[in-house]
Amino acid sequence: MTRLIVGPFNRVEGDLEVKLDIEKGIVTDAHVVSPMYRGFEQILQGKDPRDALVYAPRICGICSVSQSAASAGALAQAQGITDIPLNGQLSRNLIQATENVADHLTHFYLFFMPDFARDVYAGQPWFGPVGERFKALSGTVLPEMLPERAQFMHIMGLMAGKWPHTLSLQPGGSSKSIEAQEKARLSALLGGFRRFLERTLFGDDLDRIGNFQSLDELNAWRADKGPGHSDFTRFLDIADHLGLDEMGSASGRFMSYGAYHLDDRHHFAQGVFVDGKVEPLDTTLISEDVSHAWMQNKEALHPFDGQTMPEWNEDNGYTWCKAPRLGGQVVEVGALARQAVNGHPLIRDAIVQSGGNVRNRILARLLEIALVTCAMEKWTRQLQPKETFCIHAEMPDEARGLGLVEAARGSLGHWLRVKDGQIDNYQIVAPTTWNFSPRDGDGTQGALEQALIGAPVKFGETEPVAVQHIVRSFDPCMVCTVH
Amino acid sequence: MAVKRKNMLWLQSGGCGGCTLSLIGAEGPDFSSSLESSGIDILLHPTLSEESGSEVIAKLKALMDGEFALDILCLEGAVMAGPNGTGRFHMMTGFDDAPMMQIIAELATLSDYVVAVGSCAAYGGVTAGGLNVTEAQGLAFDADMPGGLLGADFTSKNGLPVINISGCPIHPDWVLETLYQIAADEMTTDDLDQFNRPKALSNKLVHHGCSRNEFYEYKASGEQLGHLGCMMEHLGCKGTQASGDCNTRPWNGAGSCISGGYPCIACTEPGFEEPGHTFVETPKIAGIPTGIPTDMPKAWFVALASLSKAATPDRLRRNAVADHISVSPKSKSKGGRS
Repeated sequence: MTRLIVGPFNRVEGDLEVKLDIEKGIVTDAHVVSPMYRGFEQILQGKDPRDALVYAPRICGICSVSQSAASAGALAQAQGITDIPLNGQLSRNLIQATENVADHLTHFYLFFMPDFARDVYAGQPWFGPVGERFKALSGTVLPEMLPERAQFMHIMGLMAGKWPHTLSLQPGGSSKSIEAQEKARLSALLGGFRRFLERTLFGDDLDRIGNFQSLDELNAWRADKGPGHSDFTRFLDIADHLGLDEMGSASGRFMSYGAYHLDDRHHFAQGVFVDGKVEPLDTTLISEDVSHAWMQNKEALHPFDGQTMPEWNEDNGYTWCKAPRLGGQVVEVGALARQAVNGHPLIRDAIVQSGGNVRNRILARLLEIALVTCAMEKWTRQLQPKETFCIHAEMPDEARGLGLVEAARGSLGHWLRVKDGQIDNYQIVAPTTWNFSPRDGDGTQGALEQALIGAPVKFGETEPVAVQHIVRSFDPCMVCTVH
Repeated sequence: MAVKRKNMLWLQSGGCGGCTLSLIGAEGPDFSSSLESSGIDILLHPTLSEESGSEVIAKLKALMDGEFALDILCLEGAVMAGPNGTGRFHMMTGFDDAPMMQIIAELATLSDYVVAVGSCAAYGGVTAGGLNVTEAQGLAFDADMPGGLLGADFTSKNGLPVINISGCPIHPDWVLETLYQIAADEMTTDDLDQFNRPKALSNKLVHHGCSRNEFYEYKASGEQLGHLGCMMEHLGCKGTQASGDCNTRPWNGAGSCISGGYPCIACTEPGFEEPGHTFVETPKIAGIPTGIPTDMPKAWFVALASLSKAATPDRLRRNAVADHISVSPKSKSKGGRS
């Protein structure tokens, strides 16, 4: 057996290192290490609860609005707000959706695809146009995609003042009211973005992309178009050549907190998808285990009672990341989990055929770009410019609140306890904390640790490219992980 | 003679990555075109480079061994010296148990220019909030005190101190315009203020060009977030004191904190993370805000404020506490062309 330390990983958000045990060219075990600690749960202690909305988004520069929304949700519950005006709900959804779609786009073009433009693939029959288009920093796609992303983010300028790190998301809605001409501008921005997606990313109508019922139907569409038709077909072609659907399978349990709440329902449903069925989510079953983290206090605790006491030389510790578990089980979160729980037929079919893997994670993410952009157009039409966007309530001296959202990369929860009018405890469980957790007290590996087992390592590879694909398929956000 | 192209190494430590995410949203021109045309080549960037793992380590070691020269070093995120000065809250893979702060310090001495991108890298920022358990600090400042990782007397190889582009996050243009100046060999100590920020950023106030200017003039104040009135009196807005051109240079095409309906929290100022009061409420003594414009006699401010309050038009008084314009300005009719 040989041991290989892979890291620091570029093109993930934040710091990551992976320790691999390798036998006969196959990964047999993995330890995922988050080598940086940031201390937000400690920073928040004793603060005025309203100030959580300043600190929490700064946990992360890529899931900033998701952190704001989770924080606003926890504050709203603590304040007893249940009747957020329709405009407030729509604004929150639109702001969150803008971030999530932009993140999916950033992940695909800047973080994930450049690995296929590496020299290691130079001999592959598909390499020529892929190398030219997706090469990190110099690919032809950059001056094409970056301006489109920037223009799409004008939605943030309009609705949230700026991105990242807005304060417009408030417990009772949004501090920015939208006027009629701004609503018209939003529609125009979305229309421009739709054109880019249809022309460049997908090569077909967004509604068509969102409506595939099965892999067979998708494959028939692809066969008709050819691999060079769009960036989407290019990716699917590479996935076939490299067997990305056989790479990086994790626990097979998928969780979603439910995304884009509107009128008492989620646009993407909440639940846990296991063995082809959706079970209801019970958040009281969530606990964070610290047996293999550099943390004091080895008891697994529910986040309302969670503690964060860093201790770098703790025995058995190998990461700053805690190990969240749902009813003691490892779950995978992200776009694939979201669409599996929500029952999208294409994603359900993909999971039946090959489970959770690199191809399916990317497929679900791209599918969501189409689905969410269409939903954003609908939400924009529903905005009522003359009506209220925000209500306000007092924070009781003693209260608790839970805020659950779906960030681009998966389920994000904030658990807040208020005492004497101040934050008494603030626990954050981030998407990549779920996916990149260490072992728990039972020795069960986290989702990525499981996904890496079986990955091929070619002779002499110091940066095994299969490991790169698997790690990045989760769209990790390490700065969130080690909040 | 044409200026030689420069290489740029970008490192990240105790931060959120949001400055990079903001930066790649640059417009006119876009981020990649901006660097290409200004003569800067990215040597390594954690979010954008192809290289990973051993390839990154090899390049950093080659720099340290003097195999090639480093022109520009950018740090995003605070330096984390904790726990107890060991730097173990951020370890760097591949350098024999070395904390990140050691790598940063070594590379800083090798670089022609050193740039702190964002308030964390410059002064510690939000990472240094609360009790600062991570012992976060800036490259050459700890909050507003010179020092930090590199010390108050540090100068990079070309004789400049660390250039601090503060902001949480930075506006893409703040970084790019600084880099354009560096690329053209046109950045000098004269271009920097007392906190080593580019004066281009700090000789302006967020207040300049504020869309709520008329409400400010008449002290017609909003009372809750979302109200249209001035946010200085009640809602903690520090736009009259904070450096920045946020209201004359739009964010994400159209925005600013104030246009988004929430106060300026002075994120460009050293130590903004611990204001000593809640961010969205103005601290007052005897009903008078403590944070008034810094270069104005207080008595005058109070006198002017009470005068202008007395003169506030009804239109502004009503709009200030509404979330939509309820009374529009009236255009005077001249009764036709004659």
